[in-house]
Amino acid sequence: MSERIFTARSLTKVYRSGDVEVRALRGVDLEIGAGEFIVLLGPSGSGKSTLLNIMGGLDHATSGRLLFRDTELTALGDAGLTRYRRDHVGFVFQFYNLVPSLTAYENVALVMEIADEPMRPDEALAMVGLEERMDHFPAQLSGGEQQRVAISRAIAKRPDVLLCDEPTGALDSKTGIRVIEALLKINEQLGTTTLVITHNASIQDVADRVLFFADGQITRERRNEHRRHAAELSW
Amino acid sequence: MATLDIKLLRDLRRMWAQALAIALVIAGGVASLVMAVGSLKSLEETRIAYYERLQFADVFATVRRAPKALLTDIAELPSVAAAEGRIVKLALLDIPDFAEPATGEFISLPEGGQPRLNQLYLRSGRLPQPTSAAEVVVTDGFAKAHQFEPGSRFSAILNGRKRELVIVGTALSPEFIYAMGPGDRTPDDRRFAIVWMAERALAAAYDLDGAFSSVSLKLLPDASEPEVIKRLDSLLDRYGGQAAYGRRDQFSDAYINHGMDMLRNMSQTLPPIFLLVAAFLINLTLTRIVALEREQIGLFKALGYSSRAVTLHYMKLVIVIVAIGTVVGAVAGNWLGGYITKLYRDIVHFPFLIFAATPGVYLVAAALGLAAGLAGALRALRSIVRLPPAVAMQPPAPPRFRRVLPVAWSLRRLLSQPLTMMARNITGHPLRAAFTMIGLALSTGILIASLFLSDTMENLIDVTFFMADRQDATVSFVERRNAAAVEQVAHLPGVIAVEPYREVPVRIRKGPLERRVMLNARPADAHLSRIIDIDLRPVVLPDGGLAISRWLAGLLDAKAGDIVEIDLLEGQRRTLALPITALVEDYFGMQGMMEAGTLARLMREAPAVSAVNVSLDNSRLGEFYDAIKRLPTVAGVALQRLSLVNFRKEMAVIVTTMATIYTGLAALIAFGVVYNSARISLSERARELASLRVLGFTQAEVLRILLLELALLTVLAQPAGWGIGYGLAWLLKTKMEGDVMRARLVVDNFTYALASGMVIAAALLSALAVRWRVARLDLVTVLKTRD
Repeated sequence: MSERIFTARSLTKVYRSGDVEVRALRGVDLEIGAGEFIVLLGPSGSGKSTLLNIMGGLDHATSGRLLFRDTELTALGDAGLTRYRRDHVGFVFQFYNLVPSLTAYENVALVMEIADEPMRPDEALAMVGLEERMDHFPAQLSGGEQQRVAISRAIAKRPDVLLCDEPTGALDSKTGIRVIEALLKINEQLGTTTLVITHNASIQDVADRVLFFADGQITRERRNEHRRHAAELSW
Repeated sequence: MATLDIKLLRDLRRMWAQALAIALVIAGGVASLVMAVGSLKSLEETRIAYYERLQFADVFATVRRAPKALLTDIAELPSVAAAEGRIVKLALLDIPDFAEPATGEFISLPEGGQPRLNQLYLRSGRLPQPTSAAEVVVTDGFAKAHQFEPGSRFSAILNGRKRELVIVGTALSPEFIYAMGPGDRTPDDRRFAIVWMAERALAAAYDLDGAFSSVSLKLLPDASEPEVIKRLDSLLDRYGGQAAYGRRDQFSDAYINHGMDMLRNMSQTLPPIFLLVAAFLINLTLTRIVALEREQIGLFKALGYSSRAVTLHYMKLVIVIVAIGTVVGAVAGNWLGGYITKLYRDIVHFPFLIFAATPGVYLVAAALGLAAGLAGALRALRSIVRLPPAVAMQPPAPPRFRRVLPVAWSLRRLLSQPLTMMARNITGHPLRAAFTMIGLALSTGILIASLFLSDTMENLIDVTFFMADRQDATVSFVERRNAAAVEQVAHLPGVIAVEPYREVPVRIRKGPLERRVMLNARPADAHLSRIIDIDLRPVVLPDGGLAISRWLAGLLDAKAGDIVEIDLLEGQRRTLALPITALVEDYFGMQGMMEAGTLARLMREAPAVSAVNVSLDNSRLGEFYDAIKRLPTVAGVALQRLSLVNFRKEMAVIVTTMATIYTGLAALIAFGVVYNSARISLSERARELASLRVLGFTQAEVLRILLLELALLTVLAQPAGWGIGYGLAWLLKTKMEGDVMRARLVVDNFTYALASGMVIAAALLSALAVRWRVARLDLVTVLKTRD
């Protein structure tokens, strides 16, 4: 395996709300190498999103350890996690979360202000095939286009990891495939470690590795010997 | 409980801070209305009851000496219900252990004790025995100021003879609710008393047996007052009568009227504006809150709730918030009103004065708040409820934004992304930005309208006490004296300079407009008491010229250069035509001014004096006071220094307290406006801001983006706020002007700065409150839920 980028040991997460306890993660052990493209599959409530949120520094684990390279994320406070997100993580969500008052170009340019060596916005937009649409406002873009703007915004700061929570969930098949294509291209060209949560089982074929979740644990994993191209997908 | 009502309670708990901020704004408006209208009503009703119960007269006149038989003729005048004669004389008092000379206004009591008109309200003791030459009743305030009780003694110089008097009772009178000594500008209970004495004793002292020097009339309800005054004047003319006057010119009543006018005008100006701002704010806020509930509204409709049920649900939310605000406002207003009423009771002498706001006030305040809230919520609901449920449940399409500048001048080269977001947010929602700015400008405006009073009062003090009347004291004579009296005063110990003046009551007329005022004559080179014109410059009157108060000129519709008619109401009664040569900047009462020689010539008499202004050596005040007390011709001494102290004290009580209360309420409203704007922006943009946090923006950076817009709007709103504030101040000042007192509008730069500073401070406080919210922004939940 190449350089190890994430190491999780006995990671648990318990949500408490009054007397009710929900065990979202029940001891996850995981190792992820730099540049891997991983798909997370599993039913709702199986813990995929919880793991992704903890890995992205959006949430705290209840117990266990999570290392990003040599940094123990589980020991960081809010300021440390903000710093970590700023320097290393890109997020893509099901709902694109673009700033409606900024154009595509400007939405990407947002990260220029906080990243050390960002891409130029036009360069980042070109990677997702949107160089022609960069002066459009979100209201003037289709769902797929908005999602690709969100992806280019996430990668413009050259993150080490790209975390995607159902990036195609709100899209039709044809647009969804374009989004997956963009993610693969970035993974390939920039070597960005990419984790994708999806309910769409057909996407698993493009990944290096597939993790199956159930009941807060990784129940199974599969390594694809032969990865399919996005163009070969359909659903 | 219906499920929707449970949701209502939970919603209220969730948005408690915001609901409270809105409720407090309403409370501010309601409190100001309840306080102002309630204290005014309390004063008005107390006065009506007091006048009624103690038979306060309608018409008053003084004469030199008239036989009692004349009273029968007066009582038989048409429209006169009752007439009563009495003896009224001013005399110096000598009070044990009290250095300054005090003045008593001595009033005779008939044989039966209580007079028929202007009765006494006894606070302690009893009325004097008709046969006693020493027993007196004094005003309650005077007794309290000297810790006098029935049995206490003091002396008075009655007609040149010193007499020892014994207090047998203390009383209040509807005639002297507000009273002050000769030459004074504010009441001073230590130095001025009304002293009631048996008629027999007072008549003997002044050689007025079988005669009277003052007459009071009660009129029938449909009487024509001017007609009665005209007939009374002609009856009294040959007995040295000075023109009779009605309540309008009765000092105490005029003053109380003015005080009530001030309260009324304040209550008609500030509370409506406060309520308007509150209404404006809840309208704006609730529109935005309801708009945020769009998807839930769609869901309710999809579940089968009728549009009416959904609308009613949100109406209830508004009603609860407005009700909380109204109750808090009513309680606070009631408390503040009680406080104000108590302050008034310390200055004006009412026997009873209880704050009681009528239920109508609360109803009006509640209705206004409710109307504003419901109108705001309905505005938002109408558009949402009309949507088909399926559409309402969808997120609204992203708002369309436009470039602020052409593409070629791309903002990206000029502004950072946060600045671009701010600029587009403002231009993308111009109405919302404009409303927020109006709210902020109104906040600054109402603060200025509450704060300006002290600037204006300081100007009044400056002009009155330091530019115009610069004498240390004014010595008033019992009756007019010749020039020798001036010399006598000049030789008193401690007197550095003297300046005589003469006062003659006159009627001044231009066309059909007429007023009764005092004509005040002084030496051409007067330097102690000067005439200050409307450009705030001292003026020297030319021989034959007449200067009148600017306010009087306004009432007579006259200007400098016009000819007015003057009826002299003393000595040889003649009517003269005189040109107005200057308008005087004065703030108390109304007067005409002319050169002493001119007046003597017009009166066809030798130069006479009514009073002398003096400048004193402060180290010899004690000797001066002792000497004055030995002068039988002196009615009283007004001390400028004390006048100023008392004036400041009285202003501090009424004006400053009112201004402070209004400022507090205005500040509360300002905070509400700013906090709500910030808080709603946060709700509306929670998603956008959470995205930024996920991208790696720090809390501080996100907060800056959120608050930048508010900061800019706050700053931009200030100049408009200053304009609104000046306008409101002008309106208030204009509405509070009257015959008794008025002012020139002065708003210091500091006041503008202070008002803006308070709004900016409110903005900073709101920023702190919002920061706490941003820190708690749940990134995951916000981002994973659909817009």
